[in-house]
Amino acid sequence: MDLSSVAASHREALDQHTRETVQWHFGEATGSEFWLKKKREFDFDPLTDVNSFTDLRKFPLFEDEWLRGGPMRRWVPQPLQDKPIYVFETGGTTGVPKSRVVVEDHWTDYEIFSDTIPDESFPRGANWLMLGPSGPRRLRLAVEHLAQHRGGICFCVDLDPRWVVKLLKKGKVTEAQEYSSHVIDQAMTVLGADNDIQCMFTTPKLLEALAMRLLDEGSSIEEAGIKGIFCGGTEFTPQWYRFACEELLGPNVYITPTYGNTLMGLACGKPFDPADNYKITYYAPQPRAVVEVVDFDDHTKLVDYGQTGRVKLYTMTKELFVPGFLERDEGEREKPHEKYPWDGVSGVRPYHVFAKTTTVGVY
Amino acid sequence: MIEIPVIRWGKPYESMQQMDVVHFETGETLAKVHEANGGIIKMDMRKARKAREILRSFSVNDLIRMCEVAADFYVDADLPLGNGTQSPDEFCTMQSATTGLPEHMCRFNMTKNAFVLKNMGQILDALTRGLPLDILTQGFGVEDRGVMVSYQANCNASGWVLPSNSPGVHTLWLPVIPLQIGLVMKPGPAEPWTPYRMYEAFAQAGVPREAFCLYPGGQDKGAELGGAVLESCERSVIFGGTATIEQYHGNPKVQAHGPGFSKIVLGDDKVDEWEKYLDLMFDSIYVNSGRSCISCSGIWVSRHASEIADALAQRLGPVAPRPMNDPDSGLAAFTLPGAAAAMSSQIDEGCQSPCVTEVTSQYRDGDRLVCNERCDFLRPTLLHVSDPDDPMANTEYMFPFASVVECPQDQFLNKCGYTLVCSAITDDESFKRELLDATNVDRLNIGEVKTLQLNWLQPHEGNIIDFLYRGRAFQNSPPPAH
Repeated sequence: MDLSSVAASHREALDQHTRETVQWHFGEATGSEFWLKKKREFDFDPLTDVNSFTDLRKFPLFEDEWLRGGPMRRWVPQPLQDKPIYVFETGGTTGVPKSRVVVEDHWTDYEIFSDTIPDESFPRGANWLMLGPSGPRRLRLAVEHLAQHRGGICFCVDLDPRWVVKLLKKGKVTEAQEYSSHVIDQAMTVLGADNDIQCMFTTPKLLEALAMRLLDEGSSIEEAGIKGIFCGGTEFTPQWYRFACEELLGPNVYITPTYGNTLMGLACGKPFDPADNYKITYYAPQPRAVVEVVDFDDHTKLVDYGQTGRVKLYTMTKELFVPGFLERDEGEREKPHEKYPWDGVSGVRPYHVFAKTTTVGVY
Repeated sequence: MIEIPVIRWGKPYESMQQMDVVHFETGETLAKVHEANGGIIKMDMRKARKAREILRSFSVNDLIRMCEVAADFYVDADLPLGNGTQSPDEFCTMQSATTGLPEHMCRFNMTKNAFVLKNMGQILDALTRGLPLDILTQGFGVEDRGVMVSYQANCNASGWVLPSNSPGVHTLWLPVIPLQIGLVMKPGPAEPWTPYRMYEAFAQAGVPREAFCLYPGGQDKGAELGGAVLESCERSVIFGGTATIEQYHGNPKVQAHGPGFSKIVLGDDKVDEWEKYLDLMFDSIYVNSGRSCISCSGIWVSRHASEIADALAQRLGPVAPRPMNDPDSGLAAFTLPGAAAAMSSQIDEGCQSPCVTEVTSQYRDGDRLVCNERCDFLRPTLLHVSDPDDPMANTEYMFPFASVVECPQDQFLNKCGYTLVCSAITDDESFKRELLDATNVDRLNIGEVKTLQLNWLQPHEGNIIDFLYRGRAFQNSPPPAH
């Protein structure tokens, strides 16, 4: 079957998944308090009028401001109310944080991601270092689950990214650097304690800092035993990708970019191909989540392949329904890939309107 | 299309990310500049010692002679620029087209840079107070008066985070090479021209390319690249606004250059003859389009303020934008969208004060703010300020803008705040003594010197020798018994 036929069959599966998800979240016996209440504001009936993925455009855009404050259980579908509930913060540096409840989505998302990473670089049974934000964030538990799912143990550090953003906003660059050093100190201690750590999640800035600290001490990421790294954030640009491969890590350490957030989960990078010249393309874990690249002025219109637009996310799991959320990023729409036969997005960067006011910290 | 690579210790590096450097009037792309990333800066700075070692393989005097040769290349030669070449005329045209500075001012700045290069020997002699320069290379030595002295470099390479809007600042970093310190520059997004041309001029004159790094990047890369330079160089210089100055205040690794709030003060003994000094005041405000930290932004007098303001306004008010290639063009363009409008609004707001009157408006045919399709201009603005405590008494903008402030002479030094250049017209010995003792005044001119008339044999905002080198004790024999 050619790629377009495969893509078409996946599109049918996506339509089917959309119908089932909408029935679940808006069914009287299954829906969450939030969506059942919201349904009363709509001029359409999701149960009868949403029959395909395209029909999701009937919903208003999901507003992440709705995620501020409790009660958290209003988001939980009725059949899941008795399950153990996690709450994770999605962002916001001031005021009441935006939060999302999770039952098992973070495990499922990372188990799916696990199938996409090569065993030779992320050996099964090897231990992991989670060098990223800790505290009330999904990432910490998700990476730990990934390590456990692959038979390893996950070592973590303390990292509060909000403190760093506060320091930088006050112009306290030296203090922010000291905090970064404090985080790297923790990583160095863990790496130097015979923990057989071979795999790592981190961010571009922290990876730079760790690699240079190791170089300062006459070692390297490779000599520290790391074989595979997955790394996220809009700072993972093609230039940084090249720098990381050519200068920071060397040829024997594998690194792959990922893109995501607490709402959507994890989009995978297209497998490295020298022909791509370090271009980075992400594909969402369809049908649980979908990424579209839409017109800056009309979010219901996809831009043409290769054209630039705003990133729009959808989440359709049993635990969360997000029928279209405009991310704070922009990028180019990409054609389906044989490993991911649906649309992707490349060149992800902060949405140009917001970019000027965003403070990027150590993570 | 000229493509300009990143330079990493003399080696060109083509980045995956490039930015267009655009003609502010036509929108034409003049060059594609490869953008660095913070990581490569930090990685390169690990090798900074080699730059110093290579420069120390020459004597300081050899390097001074190379500076003199480089001056000729810089001013007269067609020099390589990325994958193309650039003539001196093209340099002026391109610099004007991206920074908004009229071409004749670009040419003037070129002459100024060349002058500093040509006179590097004298300048270093003055700044080191006659130190035999091989002492810097060797680390110690005996002066003519028989005293052992020792100097130690504070860094192997010094970082320079340069602005886009003021080509005049380049004179400040030129002594770094003959001082045998590696030179690391993050050019302003709109002004890659001088650093790259000077790099080529130095190289053609025989200075090893391995002594230089150039890390260009667009506006959005400024924090990342500037941050990496400041973090990884043991000594750095950054140019910015008041917030930048405050941020790095007290940080021995960073010298921050910002607004100058430069002033002219007429002493009580001279102020009645104010008409004699009108040309001096006018030039100090207007020359170089008021775009420098050494441009005068305040005339402080105890009387005649209204008359002085009116006389200056009559000359400044009619000045209007002209084409960039017009030799009489006196106003630089603002190429950053919204910047001129924001400044103009701030001035209007300041003029709401009962102590503040804009005097130029009556002599100007039209508004202060002139908006064009791709750039804006601010026409010269002169205020009369009757209260030295009013915020508009001590304000600086990057165009010909000044306040004539009424202030008793005995309060001047208490009210004038930080002043980079103070030109004092007075013969009053007691006032001169106060001025000499005032620590809020950096460069002091006593006499008829325009604020822009710098003598390069004098240190500017701190002596670069003291910044890059540390004097310390050194003994290679026991001291005399005591």
